[in-house]
Amino acid sequence: MPVSETPNDILFRSLSDPTRRAIFERLCRDGEQTVAALTAQAGVSQPVVSKHLAVLKLAGLVRDRPAGRQTHYSAQLKALAPLVDWTHEMAGFWESRMDDLEDVLKRMDQ
Amino acid sequence: MTTPETRSVIVERDFPHPPEKLWRALSQPHLMAEWLMRNDFLPTVGHRFNLRGDWGGVLECEVLILDAGKRLSFTWDHVNDNAAYDLRSVVTFTLTPTTTGTHLRVEQAGFRTDQKQAFGGAMHGWDGFLSKLEAVVGRDL
Repeated sequence: MPVSETPNDILFRSLSDPTRRAIFERLCRDGEQTVAALTAQAGVSQPVVSKHLAVLKLAGLVRDRPAGRQTHYSAQLKALAPLVDWTHEMAGFWESRMDDLEDVLKRMDQ
Repeated sequence: MTTPETRSVIVERDFPHPPEKLWRALSQPHLMAEWLMRNDFLPTVGHRFNLRGDWGGVLECEVLILDAGKRLSFTWDHVNDNAAYDLRSVVTFTLTPTTTGTHLRVEQAGFRTDQKQAFGGAMHGWDGFLSKLEAVVGRDL
């Protein structure tokens, strides 16, 4: 990893791999999971899942919580804050709703 | 403990349709379902209803203001025990007649500044956001 990488570079890089991103999305969607549970759906071996989790952890995107012999992982959405502007995204949501509303109004004429 | 600062989103658009017609689209459940979300809305102040998104999320809503043809306001809450996911907001539609139709102003108020991710992600699905990210950064990886 080049020394010049900023925290955002690490964040972007960590999410650019589709398998790794799928693991992160699963944690976002379903909450805390064990490595075994993640492996069952990831389509890759447990060591590969563990490696991906290590990268996500380095980027601050996941947190691990050992419990007995299992380690539980959870998504840390706060780590995405630099990338997501909440209000900007909601404005985009409403703009697209307005597009659909226009279509509904046109159909109501027919 | 201080109250977190809140922000709002405002989107405005002009429609070449009279306010009465726009009002129908905003307040009739089957029409709302076509442009917003599936719902059990009723045009009654105090009525509690849900908006159900295609992504599986359920919003808890309550009608606050119902001024036919002029203004509709309801709460837009995404209740979660985890504060980072918990959203309490109010959506207000304001209709103003124009020479060519209706000006519609949509305001969603109540976002906390410490809440920048959770609901937005759920709303659009991580796929959309993250696939854009992939297009930007994925090329050289």
